[in-house]
Amino acid sequence: MKIEFYLNNDPHEIEVDPAYRLLDLLREDFGLTSVKEGCGEGECGACIVLMNGLAVNSCLVPCGSILGKHIITLEEFRKTDRYEAIEKGFMDAGAVQCGFCTPGFVMATESLLNQNPDPTDEEIREGLSGNLCRCTGYNLIIKGVKLAMEKGAGLW
Amino acid sequence: MKENISQSIPRSDAKAKLRGETKYIADIPFDKLLYAKTLRSTKAKAKIRSILLPKIPDGYFVIDQHDVPGKNRMRTVVSDHPIFAQDDVQYIGQPILLVVGEDRETVYNILAQIQVEYEEERPLLTLEEAENSSAVFTDYHYDKGNPCAAFQNAKTLIEDEFATGYQEHVYLEPNGMAAEFKGDTLFVYGSMQCPFYAKGALLETMDLADDKVRVIQTTTGGAFGGKEEFPSLIACQVAVASLKTQKPVMMIYDRMEDILCSTKRHPSKIRYKAALDENQQIVALDIDVLFNAGAYNGLSPVVLQRGIFSVTNVYHIPHLRVHGRNFMTNSVPSGAYRGFGAPQTIFGTEMMLYNIAVKLGIEPLDYKARHLLKRNDPTCTGGRIHDEVKMFEILEKITQMSGYYEKIKHSPKYHGIGASLFLHGCGFTGKGETVINGAIQLTKKNQEVTLKVSSVEMGQGAETVLRKIVAYTLEIQMEQIIFEKTDTGLVPDSGPTVASRTTMIVGGLLQQAALEMKERWHEAESFEVTRRYNHPDFLHWDDQKFHGDAYPVYSWGANVAEIEIDPVTYELTIKNLYGVYDVGVPIDLRSLEGQMQGGIAQGIGWATIEVMETSQGRLIQTNLTNYKIPTAMDVPEMEIEFISNPYEFGPFGAKCAGELPFVGAPPAVAAAVSHALKKPINHLPIRPEKLMEIDNEN
Repeated sequence: MKIEFYLNNDPHEIEVDPAYRLLDLLREDFGLTSVKEGCGEGECGACIVLMNGLAVNSCLVPCGSILGKHIITLEEFRKTDRYEAIEKGFMDAGAVQCGFCTPGFVMATESLLNQNPDPTDEEIREGLSGNLCRCTGYNLIIKGVKLAMEKGAGLW
Repeated sequence: MKENISQSIPRSDAKAKLRGETKYIADIPFDKLLYAKTLRSTKAKAKIRSILLPKIPDGYFVIDQHDVPGKNRMRTVVSDHPIFAQDDVQYIGQPILLVVGEDRETVYNILAQIQVEYEEERPLLTLEEAENSSAVFTDYHYDKGNPCAAFQNAKTLIEDEFATGYQEHVYLEPNGMAAEFKGDTLFVYGSMQCPFYAKGALLETMDLADDKVRVIQTTTGGAFGGKEEFPSLIACQVAVASLKTQKPVMMIYDRMEDILCSTKRHPSKIRYKAALDENQQIVALDIDVLFNAGAYNGLSPVVLQRGIFSVTNVYHIPHLRVHGRNFMTNSVPSGAYRGFGAPQTIFGTEMMLYNIAVKLGIEPLDYKARHLLKRNDPTCTGGRIHDEVKMFEILEKITQMSGYYEKIKHSPKYHGIGASLFLHGCGFTGKGETVINGAIQLTKKNQEVTLKVSSVEMGQGAETVLRKIVAYTLEIQMEQIIFEKTDTGLVPDSGPTVASRTTMIVGGLLQQAALEMKERWHEAESFEVTRRYNHPDFLHWDDQKFHGDAYPVYSWGANVAEIEIDPVTYELTIKNLYGVYDVGVPIDLRSLEGQMQGGIAQGIGWATIEVMETSQGRLIQTNLTNYKIPTAMDVPEMEIEFISNPYEFGPFGAKCAGELPFVGAPPAVAAAVSHALKKPINHLPIRPEKLMEIDNEN
């Protein structure tokens, strides 16, 4: 099946099995390895990318459903001021340990703040509840999001 | 540069991880790479009668026991696990063979067409069955004092029994390894804690000379013990495949495969008999520890050792009789997991004291405090507590922080508060450090120093912390310290990254070397300093009698948990969690806070929602939809404090830290639940349906 879509702001036209996972397309065909496979069933959030600005688990997205959509991965998002604010916040909070879940948390944070620039603690917990982390116990990531909100005030 | 070592500095690996630039094994490209997938046993116990292969297309291969050039056994403490099954299988998920080839879909298709004919045998499915059949792998005993006389003279005898379940590590990066030959030298890359364990296993299985095997650790996305011994098995399998195919071979587990066949925390059962004197003080304990080791013993003997040497926790019990056994069942092998047997026995001991206190009508924390170890007291194995014990300071701090004494008196029904006290023995058990005899090296070249160790960065912050120890000792900038790639061809064997030994033992050696280097700094533009571990003279250990100092020193702590139970659904919510820890001198507070919070969260998971059971030898929970680990919604706010208690032999006074928080959280939560329902909690995980049942009893 022929599919046109936008990847990291560039238009692409590809020939692909509509059941092929977006995760595999990004990792195998485009070499975008910031997108991680942690579970392959939409539970861990390590493969989160933005589809039209919203977080999706790319392991659950068949390529058939990305027609005309804008997909943004961390490779593109890390060029933005919003990313810089998240990076600073996460670094200062000690939100990074093994790092495997980290790209997913960064993308989920962007999606959360994009929809709700001023979330409460409870809303941050809920907004990030689709991402699993086994190292930090989450509180330091939540602190990282709050620091990012301070550092990036006005960006979202 | 002379700063406070506890003051936090940025992690050296955080930026690349945040940017998504860090490469894990699955992200690394290899030329002409072949993918491997494992055919696994579907029977809990069976003889393999025959294996019927479909026609294998060109460029695809089947790798099995016949391709192993050396020993078809994975080298570890007990080298009993076959690399590939021989004539029989002993658990569901046991590897039989690999299918290897360029296209993954084709590999999966071939795998699906392979037919194995089994002759099924009667398996041992549960710990109870294994005990009744005396299927014992390892049987340990030790006594202290005169338990016979103490039990005869006891005023009161109390018996109690505890049980804990499986736990899966759920490191976010599943297991993965790759192997390739460059000339006649084998290179193995992957996610692991112990490159030299993998190398040792490869030498035996591949029958290669020491200089023909190199193991290179790739960035490791969490491990927690799950990548201690287990990766050696995958390393050997991909190495055999690479030898046969003469191409690079990579095997990356998907989550279900990882859960199904990787090692787990040992399920346990622990039985206590306590002898109390006329003052209601515990004078003797008779303790029977049973671990489910699964189908192969592997690393389990040393897990059991730490379990039974932690069994008196922070308490001084004059007379002891301790019995510990690893049982064989036809289920996935148990192995290393953060705490290494100690979380099970410390949970049992904490709750036993709690239950006795409740029975006697004494406030549980006060009752525990009456039994606390002090400096120079004998340990359970007749060694000595050589260093100052600051448990009273810890107790005072935690009860103030949490408002424990106020809240324990005034909690409404379905609200509870509970406390745990705990320790963790630092470094390897017994003679372990002497046997490993770890080495480190510092190399100065102009103004830079390269730090060479086999301790790996796996998320815990080892790279930053070890560089920090060297930089602060040499009084030079962090940027001048280069952390050598963890490649067995480039670094000395400083031992595995386990047992909370990295900062204290390896960091200690690095500090000694750095001190020497500092003195000789102007001697030459480039030179090396190496150090090997020397066991302090005052420590004695008899490995046959289990007598003496099982550990050189202990880290200590206390937790308080506040919980609430939904009176309708019995869902458990942990509202607050407080922790006070003595880890010697904290090396980098932010890094340590991350260790403590993360360890608590894992402990809470094991104690509450992480249910993993088997039915007919098959794991019921095999994915992250039915095996739930805590999310951001499930963890409470945590208040963490450290007290300073410098250790003479640790770098800057540091002791062990990584496993300590895991040990403490489960009994604190269990005590809080017990307080809320006024019923004993003797089983982990604590499930809502069980709470409903016990609340409705009587």
